[in-house]
Amino acid sequence: MPPSVATSDLTKRFPGITAVNRLTFEVHAGEIFGLVGPDGAGKTTTLRMLAGVLSPDGGSATVAGADIAREPEAAKARLSYMPQRFGLYEDLTVAENIRFYADVFGVSREEREARARQLLDAAGMSPFTTRSAGKLSGGMKQKLGLVCALIHRPLVILLDEPTNGVDPVSRRDFWRILYSLLNEGIAILMSTSYLDEAERCHRVALLHQGRMLYCETPVELKRRLHGAVVSIVGHEARRIRAALGGAAGVLNALLVGDGVHLVVDDAGRRIPELQAALQTAGLVFDRLEEIEPTIEDLFVAATSKERKP
Amino acid sequence: MRLHRLIAIIRKETLQIRRDFPSLLITVAMPLLLMLAFGYGVRFDVQHIPVYVYDREGSQQSQDFLKHFQASEYFRLIKAVDNYPALIEALDSGACRLAIVIPIDFSERLSAGGPVAVQALVDATDNNTANISLSYSEAVAQTYNQRLHLDWIQRHGLNTIQSPLSVDTRTWFNENLESSANIVPGVIAIIMAVIGSFLTSLTIAREWERGTMEQLVSTPITPLELMVGKLVPYFVIGLLDTVLCTALAILWFEVPFRGQWTVLLLSCTLFLVVVLSLGYLISVLAKSQLAASQAALIVTFLPAFLLSGFLYPIDQMPAAIQVITHLIPARYFMTILRDVFLKGTSIPFLASDLLALALFAAILTILATRAFHKKLT
Ligand SMILES: Nc1ncnc2c1ncn2[C@@H]1O[C@H](COP(=O)(O)OP(=O)(O)OP(=O)(O)O)[C@@H](O)[C@H]1O
Ligand SMILES: [Mg+2]
Repeated sequence: MPPSVATSDLTKRFPGITAVNRLTFEVHAGEIFGLVGPDGAGKTTTLRMLAGVLSPDGGSATVAGADIAREPEAAKARLSYMPQRFGLYEDLTVAENIRFYADVFGVSREEREARARQLLDAAGMSPFTTRSAGKLSGGMKQKLGLVCALIHRPLVILLDEPTNGVDPVSRRDFWRILYSLLNEGIAILMSTSYLDEAERCHRVALLHQGRMLYCETPVELKRRLHGAVVSIVGHEARRIRAALGGAAGVLNALLVGDGVHLVVDDAGRRIPELQAALQTAGLVFDRLEEIEPTIEDLFVAATSKERKP
Repeated sequence: MRLHRLIAIIRKETLQIRRDFPSLLITVAMPLLLMLAFGYGVRFDVQHIPVYVYDREGSQQSQDFLKHFQASEYFRLIKAVDNYPALIEALDSGACRLAIVIPIDFSERLSAGGPVAVQALVDATDNNTANISLSYSEAVAQTYNQRLHLDWIQRHGLNTIQSPLSVDTRTWFNENLESSANIVPGVIAIIMAVIGSFLTSLTIAREWERGTMEQLVSTPITPLELMVGKLVPYFVIGLLDTVLCTALAILWFEVPFRGQWTVLLLSCTLFLVVVLSLGYLISVLAKSQLAASQAALIVTFLPAFLLSGFLYPIDQMPAAIQVITHLIPARYFMTILRDVFLKGTSIPFLASDLLALALFAAILTILATRAFHKKLT
């Protein structure tokens, strides 16, 4: 079976920046493929090109067998795209939004009603069909976006950070629907900046400045991070990093919003040592604990040369 | 063009118009408001001017003369007073706009063959009304003079009068010189310009601003479907408003309708297509609702108001501006509307105007279809 999505040296340049740089990957039917990367990595730009709303400057891509440059409309008939920013009509109700996208794709009334009922049930949104989309919570909005995207049974769905800012319950619904689609032979391509979400994908591509660093399973990706991540929350982040950056067993030190993330070889052994070192240096901190690695940690580990302990 | 997609867009757009209070206000309240404002407020003719009289003679003849004023629909005799101060006070307080003073020797001098001077005092704070009252007073005096002549001639045994020359002024098409007859048909053009371009100028810009366009262009909807689907609801609204305004013009303002309905419908359709495509074009190019609405106002509403012949007659404009008016579609529509209402000219006489509108419609729809691309930036 040919891949549902295939890109080859896909490139997009904006003035002063190459947002997507010679990207090559494939997504197969029944697969959830994640585009993972920090802000500005080129995730949205890639998805926009595949959705046919942005023209590539180089390379090529096919979506559901249709070349996005030569026959974009054929591709559009077979895909669904959920933009990063909510793209539905806030002044229409849940049911009206669904009806609109169903009509646009020529879905018959019976099919629409059956499909909508099933999807709304799965999303836990059946009681809200007459509510304005604008009055839904963030999680509900995203689930409605998914329902509208799926109403016409596309072959490929492109989701741009679909669970950003979504509550845990809605997120669980969201993923349950996504998994249920895989039996239908749909290919799912989504971007995310959460590592726990990337872990639910079958394969992920790690993007950095438009380039693909790795394309592999989440397990393989995580394995690139040797050791564990210790988070130190405190005001004196820079001084903490300076003091601990070279300490024994610290492989990497990264400044984050509220403090420092250290990659250490063995969390259980190093945490007491780090606490002691900070005390000796007279540096105060609010919290010091082992955490689940974030995309940034992985990313830093993957891009910087590892230092010997 | 696929029907299901077209209908989907029409449905969606209609729902959005129905839920948008400003849109409803513009589509329903604005036409009524403009019709009433122009139909009543901006009238250049004057009726029922309040008049006080001071008849110093009080003879049968002076009363006869005053009856002429009473008979005229331009004047309304409010009160007769018997001294000057009361007259001045009435003028000052605004109780009357015109005061007539008949001299003490009115009938005496008339029978002596004149001249008699009847005094007319006018409140000139509103110089338009003042001018009109004075000329109407002169007209009344003139009529009275003529009657006196006739009486005199008949009394002297000349039973048939043959005036060698008589100028029989007759104002064509608008016999009563009523301004509302001239203005109200023009208001229809103004209303359509606003509905057609102002509202549509927002539709595409709104989708960009609210972030709904990105998802919309990722569907197989074609640019033509999007345009037609978005414009159909406004086209229907425009036609309904035309019917509403026409009914108001004929039934309420008693503007005559002498032409053919088909001509009205045809010209309205063409003009609507012109303004709708123009509004859509602006919306596609502007990408922001504020910029789009301002552009629409400048490109359609203002020219329709100022340069179409609505407010100022075109042949009284400076030559350079007269040339420019040929680029204003509303100019042709205004001509057709006035003809259809007041003259009843048939299609052959309006062919050039209809053709001009059709040309504008064709060019603008092509431009509007071409302008929209299903791509970001
Ligand atoms: N229309 C545009 N014009 C100019 N530059 C752009 C445009 N869109 C994106 N960029 C730039 O291209 C780069 C990639 O942007 P993109 O939105 O694809 O990143 P992203 O991975 O989706 O980031 P985020 O996590 O913030 O959504 C960024 O540096 C961005 O500033
Ligand atoms: Mg993005």
